[in-house]
Amino acid sequence: MIHSFFIINNTGDVFMEKHWKSVINKSICDYFFEEQSKCASVDDVPPIIVTPHHYLINIYKNQLYFVAVVTTEVPPLFVTEFLHRAVEIFTDYFQECTETSLKDNYVIVYELLDEMLDNGFPLAMEANILKELIKPPNFLRTITDTVTGKSTGVSGTLPTGQLSNVPWRRTGVKYTNNEAYFDVIEEIDAIIDKSGSTVIAEITGYVDCLVKLSGMPDLTLSFINPRLLDDVSFHPCIRFKRWESERVLSFVPPDGNFRLISYHIASNNTVAIPIQLRHNILYREGSAGKFDVQISPKQTMGKTVENVVLECTFPKSVLNVTLTPTQGKYSFDPVGKVMTWDVGRIEPSKYPGIKGNISLQTGAPIPEANPPLTLHFSISQLALSGLKVNRLDMYGEKYKPFKGVKYLTKAGKFQVRT
Amino acid sequence: MTDSKYFSTTKKGEIFEMKAELNSDKKEKKKEAVKKVIASMTVGKDVSALFPDVVNCMQTDNLELKKLVYLYLMNYAKSQPDMAIMAVNTFVKDCEDSNPLIRALAVRTMGCIRVDKITEYLCEPLRKCLKDEDPYVRKTAAVCVAKLHDINAQLVEDQGFLDLLKDLLSDSNPMVVANAVAAISEIMESSPTAAQVLELNTSTTNKLLTALNECTEWGQVFILDAISNSTPKEEREAQSICERVTPRLAHANAAVVLSAVRVVMKLMEMLEQTGDYYTTLLKKLSPPLVTLLSAEPEIQYVALRNINLIVQKRPEILKNEMKVFFVKYNDPIYVKLEKLDIMIRLTNPGNIAQVLAELKEYATEVDVDFVRKSVRAIGRCAIKVEQAAERCVSTLLDLIQTKVNYVVQEAIVVIKDIFRKYPNKYESIIATLCENLDTLDEPEARASMIWIIGEYAERIDNADELLESFLEGFQDENPQVQLQLLTAIVKLFLKRPTDTQELVQQVLSLATQDSDNPDLRDRGYIYWRLLSTDPAAAKEVVLAEKPLISEETDLIEPTLLDELICHIASLASVYHKPPSAFVEGKSGLRRVLPPRSQSGNVDEANVTAEVPQQQQPTVIPGADSLIGDLLDMDLGGPSMQQMYPPSVPTSQTPIQSSVAMDLLGEGLDSLLGPSTLGGDVLGGLGDIFGMPQSQSYVPPQEVWLPANKGKGLEIMGTFARKQNQIFMEITFTNKAMQNMGDFAIQFNKNSFGLMPAQPLHIRTPLPPNQSGSTSLPLSTNGPVQKMDPLTSLQVAVKNNIDVFYLSCLVPLHVMFVEDGEMDKRVFLATWKDIPSQNEVQFTINNVQHNGDTVSQKLRNNNIFTIAKRNVEGQDMLYQSLKLTNGIWVLAELKIQPGNPNFTLSLKGRAMDVYSGIHGAYETVLHN
Repeated sequence: MIHSFFIINNTGDVFMEKHWKSVINKSICDYFFEEQSKCASVDDVPPIIVTPHHYLINIYKNQLYFVAVVTTEVPPLFVTEFLHRAVEIFTDYFQECTETSLKDNYVIVYELLDEMLDNGFPLAMEANILKELIKPPNFLRTITDTVTGKSTGVSGTLPTGQLSNVPWRRTGVKYTNNEAYFDVIEEIDAIIDKSGSTVIAEITGYVDCLVKLSGMPDLTLSFINPRLLDDVSFHPCIRFKRWESERVLSFVPPDGNFRLISYHIASNNTVAIPIQLRHNILYREGSAGKFDVQISPKQTMGKTVENVVLECTFPKSVLNVTLTPTQGKYSFDPVGKVMTWDVGRIEPSKYPGIKGNISLQTGAPIPEANPPLTLHFSISQLALSGLKVNRLDMYGEKYKPFKGVKYLTKAGKFQVRT
Repeated sequence: MTDSKYFSTTKKGEIFEMKAELNSDKKEKKKEAVKKVIASMTVGKDVSALFPDVVNCMQTDNLELKKLVYLYLMNYAKSQPDMAIMAVNTFVKDCEDSNPLIRALAVRTMGCIRVDKITEYLCEPLRKCLKDEDPYVRKTAAVCVAKLHDINAQLVEDQGFLDLLKDLLSDSNPMVVANAVAAISEIMESSPTAAQVLELNTSTTNKLLTALNECTEWGQVFILDAISNSTPKEEREAQSICERVTPRLAHANAAVVLSAVRVVMKLMEMLEQTGDYYTTLLKKLSPPLVTLLSAEPEIQYVALRNINLIVQKRPEILKNEMKVFFVKYNDPIYVKLEKLDIMIRLTNPGNIAQVLAELKEYATEVDVDFVRKSVRAIGRCAIKVEQAAERCVSTLLDLIQTKVNYVVQEAIVVIKDIFRKYPNKYESIIATLCENLDTLDEPEARASMIWIIGEYAERIDNADELLESFLEGFQDENPQVQLQLLTAIVKLFLKRPTDTQELVQQVLSLATQDSDNPDLRDRGYIYWRLLSTDPAAAKEVVLAEKPLISEETDLIEPTLLDELICHIASLASVYHKPPSAFVEGKSGLRRVLPPRSQSGNVDEANVTAEVPQQQQPTVIPGADSLIGDLLDMDLGGPSMQQMYPPSVPTSQTPIQSSVAMDLLGEGLDSLLGPSTLGGDVLGGLGDIFGMPQSQSYVPPQEVWLPANKGKGLEIMGTFARKQNQIFMEITFTNKAMQNMGDFAIQFNKNSFGLMPAQPLHIRTPLPPNQSGSTSLPLSTNGPVQKMDPLTSLQVAVKNNIDVFYLSCLVPLHVMFVEDGEMDKRVFLATWKDIPSQNEVQFTINNVQHNGDTVSQKLRNNNIFTIAKRNVEGQDMLYQSLKLTNGIWVLAELKIQPGNPNFTLSLKGRAMDVYSGIHGAYETVLHN
């Protein structure tokens, strides 16, 4: 299975390594660097690299490469998922997963890695179990440890959830305020062509939960229109049978934050596009190029579009842009040639626009094609697909929890061709 | 307070300091010290010197400290095996601890210490732990069996751990089952004997399916993979497995989803292909695959590689999902290229318009690789969807108008393919293509353009001028372009013979005389001979109708595809190669899809059709790779290969090239006779014949009969091979006081049947103090008698004075005949055929030549180099030779750069000749 693990920073330092079997020298990472040097962008490093005796499977997150080394035929996604999960767990422990935070917590990272895998096989990958085995660093605890002279860092008892039928939940959870929040978040991925018509639009949705309930609650969540969900991925806690037969989500929730389901609404169903652009981009010799973009809401079901950001990646031959936005601010990164316009919210009265000139490098040929635009935005209190929670019931416990549902629509990969 | 403080000391005595702290009485200080040690270890510093001090901290009731010490032990035990023994007692004690966490930890850590001495002590505790009352300990112990197997497989098998492990498959706890499955899979991977013990049967499969629902996501992957490796007996069973696996398709973990896809894809083969359930399954497979594409790019990549296989096997599944493969401009390049590939596979007349619009969009992006592939994709669309061909062609023309250099070149390459697929349809655009002639600088594009000009020479008025312009820089062109140019001009000549004679002569002489590329020369000679002997035949061969290229040129070959389907979700599916081709130590089991069910029942014999891989240790590269080497020089890529229809004689196989030589050899005179190209040609021809006779090595004459023994007659002589014949070069010197005459010569019976082919002619009388020389041709038809040494020859010379007997050694290389060049395939077959005990190695010391000179020198002496290969920096020359009596000998000559000592391995049926041949090599290589 997974043989070794390396973390590499952006400057090519292998600053963390862990081996679950025999030690593999970190010079194995040279193969990785070789591939990396061939890539134009940090994102372009191939996820799987073959070397004469090993396979390097890597992910790129937070400006760090996490590289797993395998020597035998393993499912690569298994490894990729492990790496993502490891990053999630580090983030959970240290609030962020950066070079500094990992270096600050070397020993915990090492202990965690050792606990997560045994001989390369996953041993304990659930955050709640790990947290019982290895306590996350925390200011208060550090003080207690120093004062009492005892260490509370590693638990001496077997985590309770480890072997139960609900490994995702620990027992004996107690809260004074029992609450459960559900966020229905939808991301819209779209490609809009020059003329404004939709090439492809699809919705990737999640129900993210924050559950702080005492004891062993058994929840049932139902939707007004569950028909929308024909392509769903479930958290292991969900009882699949009941979904199949009744289309309700029945589950014993993990404690704390988790993703209950994610779903996908395909392009074949028509997806309403909440925002539209009018654009006129023209390159000419010198600084006579024109850039003119206007944003207006389209189908927003009466909600306001907020946090709008427009990004435009220009070709290398563009030197600079001089623009005037009607609202918000813009900046131009002369290295990456990216113009970012932070628009803010779109008022129903006037639609934001940005206008100005593009300067080309003298002598450079006029670019073939116009640059694609990327849009970010969010609309609160709206799930674009129309998905609505019907009700949440709790069984198994006596108290009355506080319940809340929030909806949010965001732009995922929303691209407009010009 | 962070761990970075552990690195703050950089003073010299760091290790010393830590040592002191480790031996401190205070618990807290000890723990901090161990943490410091671990921190140093994590960043790869060597802290092994602290081994005894750290091990001393092991006996503690503080779990954190214990764990840290264990971490340290796992890392360094290997380098300090004797010290590690010190820890054994604590381990054994911990395995009996009342706390299951400590029991598990101890057995787990012991398994990670890869030291034989410790392993011996592991067996008993492990056996107990496998039957522990606590499932946490059992599940840890299951993995430990795999660890132990990795260290000492024999021990695991002898101690019966495999059976204990198999028992765990029926454990009440699903997590234990999952880990047992994981351990079993790993063991099976490396050991075929274990695989027999651990083979799954129907009832275990059922147990696994039950555990599947309750274990962790990671366990589910192991279980699904194990299930996919077993084949159910009948359709009903297959269907029931599918039913229980399909819920996994909705799992949040992408690895679980893809493993479930594998099980379903494999078992679908057994289901009634028209049944309702089959259709339901098809529908169920599509959404999870689509969902994987909204995950992180790394997951997308693996998903896309697998989808590529799935789409080829069952295109129905994703036929309506074209749009999810549309490319976003900020996708990583590896995702973009894969998406593009799948788009083409899904293209059909219904969606071609959309696809084309997308492809055209992509062709304007910045990423050069992606743009190129997009342009190619347009061409592939045209070939795949006939209705759209016209639209594709016009899109390509639009792209050519952009004048972006690499776009134009790619476009021309694909247009060539379109011409091949739809002849006589789009030739009107040739004029546009010709406008861009000057901008083409890549060999493939140039070659494609030249092919187009040659193919349609009759419609292009200035075809001769165009081709002539290419011809100017002929020598600097890539071989691919040279070959194309040669063929194109010959085509032109056959179509318009009147005004292109000069051109064709020019190109033929360039190809045959000035080129050192054997493929080009061979092809040149073939055309030459064809044209000069039978122009009609030439027309038939060169202008033969070419088979249309197939729709999909890059489909995976069906049996491989089926095997890969059984490996969905694995590395094999990412590389599109069977695991045996790239995973080390993979036991040679091939997975095959279950046979299609017609009646519902499957013949059991077929189910377990696991074909052991044939692994023959061969010294000789496989025939394919030898041929491949030759092909590489000619053909740029797979798509170029289509350009050469099989009917056109190319140098695709070495057989053809040797045939070509014979052809030329026999009818050479007739070809050369009327030729206007003077004697110069002969030089060129001689070259390829490889028989510049005068260059064969002739040893200096030596004294065979000194004058004092010959009554005044001194005889010196040597042997030579000239004009396919052996000559005895002989010099008589008269050191007596009187004239000599009446010379005659006779040979005794000898090993090779040598005898004078004609009487001895020497000027007589031979006056005193004068010499007379002659070359006496020898034939090999005389009586044979085996001599010792083999090459010894007894000669009787008579003159008017007396009869003298002398004995000399014939250098064996004169016995090597000119037709000793074995065909490559025959060579391979023969080499394998001859038992390996017939192989004998010799060392040839101190040779100051490189591989090329060596083979030239040997060739001059009729030792023919058939193939040359470079293995890890060494040149391996494969050679054959034939003796006058028909004995073939094969040789392998190993040359290491910088090492003047060569290794010669000989293989042949008759081993007696070896030493002679070794001698011949020595003689030839040292002169």
